Amino acid sequence: MTNEPSIHVDHDEAGANIDHENAYSGLLVNDAHWAFGTDFEDPLAGVDTTVPSGVDPKDLAAYCLMLGDDALVFSQRISEWCSSAPDLEEDIALANIALDLLGQSRLLLARSAAADPSLVPQLPEGSPVPDEDRLAFFREDLQFRNVRLAEVPNGDFAEAVAKILIYSTWRLAIFERLQSSRDSVLSAIAVKGVKEMSYHRDFAGRWVLTLARGTEESKTRLLTALEGLWPLWDELFETHPVEASVAAAGIGVDPAEVADEAGVILDQVFAAAGIERPERDALAGVRGKRGRDGLHTEALSKMLADMQVVARQYPEGQW
Amino acid sequence: MTAALQTPASTVRGDSDDQRTQVPAADHRTAEALDRARVAAARVTDPEMPMLTLVDLGVLRDVAIEDGRVVTTITPTYSGCPAMATMRDDLQRELQDAGFEGAEVRVSLTPAWTSDWITEEGRKALKGAGISPPGQAPRRTGPVALTLMPTKRALTCTLCGSANVKLSSEFGPTACKAMYQCLDCLEPFQHVKEI
Repeated sequence: MTNEPSIHVDHDEAGANIDHENAYSGLLVNDAHWAFGTDFEDPLAGVDTTVPSGVDPKDLAAYCLMLGDDALVFSQRISEWCSSAPDLEEDIALANIALDLLGQSRLLLARSAAADPSLVPQLPEGSPVPDEDRLAFFREDLQFRNVRLAEVPNGDFAEAVAKILIYSTWRLAIFERLQSSRDSVLSAIAVKGVKEMSYHRDFAGRWVLTLARGTEESKTRLLTALEGLWPLWDELFETHPVEASVAAAGIGVDPAEVADEAGVILDQVFAAAGIERPERDALAGVRGKRGRDGLHTEALSKMLADMQVVARQYPEGQW
Repeated sequence: MTAALQTPASTVRGDSDDQRTQVPAADHRTAEALDRARVAAARVTDPEMPMLTLVDLGVLRDVAIEDGRVVTTITPTYSGCPAMATMRDDLQRELQDAGFEGAEVRVSLTPAWTSDWITEEGRKALKGAGISPPGQAPRRTGPVALTLMPTKRALTCTLCGSANVKLSSEFGPTACKAMYQCLDCLEPFQHVKEI
């Protein structure tokens, strides 16, 4: 044979051999690149977390916990779609949206812990679990302060886009105002969040249009989803005393203030989609208590059991 | 490479005009060390888009020396960017290799990262790797407008240069990218979103 087997060795810029037989060789150079994001790090490292004057740190912390829990619980719900969406593009889109919300939640929970460390659950000495993870994984269901919309169990794809549309329309209106918070951390989280959630709202709005103007089946499913979610709309704009307190201090936003604006935007989507705003009564609280008071549906407890089980099993675990 | 890194003048010691002629020796050493630290930090690449350095991406905001210790500042591209911890580790490793032990990496949330901070070098590197670089980020003055039609971008296929491209998803394999397909050569490609 004249055709001698040849060994071809590529070199990267640093002159190291590139091994084409081993797809993982590049990763082995740096362990951190195997699965980045699993490392613990303070998301607010070096950020000035001094509580501004004129606000009770406990109110600021409670407020951040409310916003952080909304984002965390809704992120977890959306991430349950991973590998189950109608096609790969939507699967990735939903995962991206969940990731953005998780990032927002992480910053909000970290901000909450920095403002009032007494909120953070105690773990055994030496546990490496950072504050925001302690808040996410080691609180009981009744300690969560999210609105009940965030915890609604997933239905079909129409339900997912309807829920994302409602959530992001409400939330974007709040975050647009929160950008001018006197708390520089909350303001920074809001500035970034507005950019991200603009994409979420557009994504969901486009899908609502597509489904509404698609087939009878897709339209029926969308209308059913909206009917089912609508009883949770009013709760989004109810003012909890903590929200009233931080709004008065120029730190937070009174959700009641954004009700008209959010309603107008949603009506624009409905008009473009040729559908009507659902007419359903609001879901009552229990003795006046709702999500912000720690009163939730059973679905949240089940979701948290699933979300928290591994972290709780290994409170001293290194990941 | 380091020229692109905007470092506030206040972090560079011994830089005031009237002292320029007689800078104390210790300040010379600091200035020299700062240069070395910047060069080392500027070598670190983004873990998800390794064709870009953190400087190219606009994520590395500052390199300074405080009390004899290197302090670098990075800003997240997206709130949920999972690469932040890796960037921190890579910065510390690169600085350690350059002789700076225990470098500190701080997070800066203000001003928020915008795709406009990706440098010209970075845009070229993206194109070279088959990724379409972002256009100008939207400048908002009032409330965020609802956009129910697909986002319009004047893009060309990174493989054949055709402008006949179609958005397949506003979300891609990383938080910062959208997915496109060329309708002429059929190449699917990624586009870094404008934010």
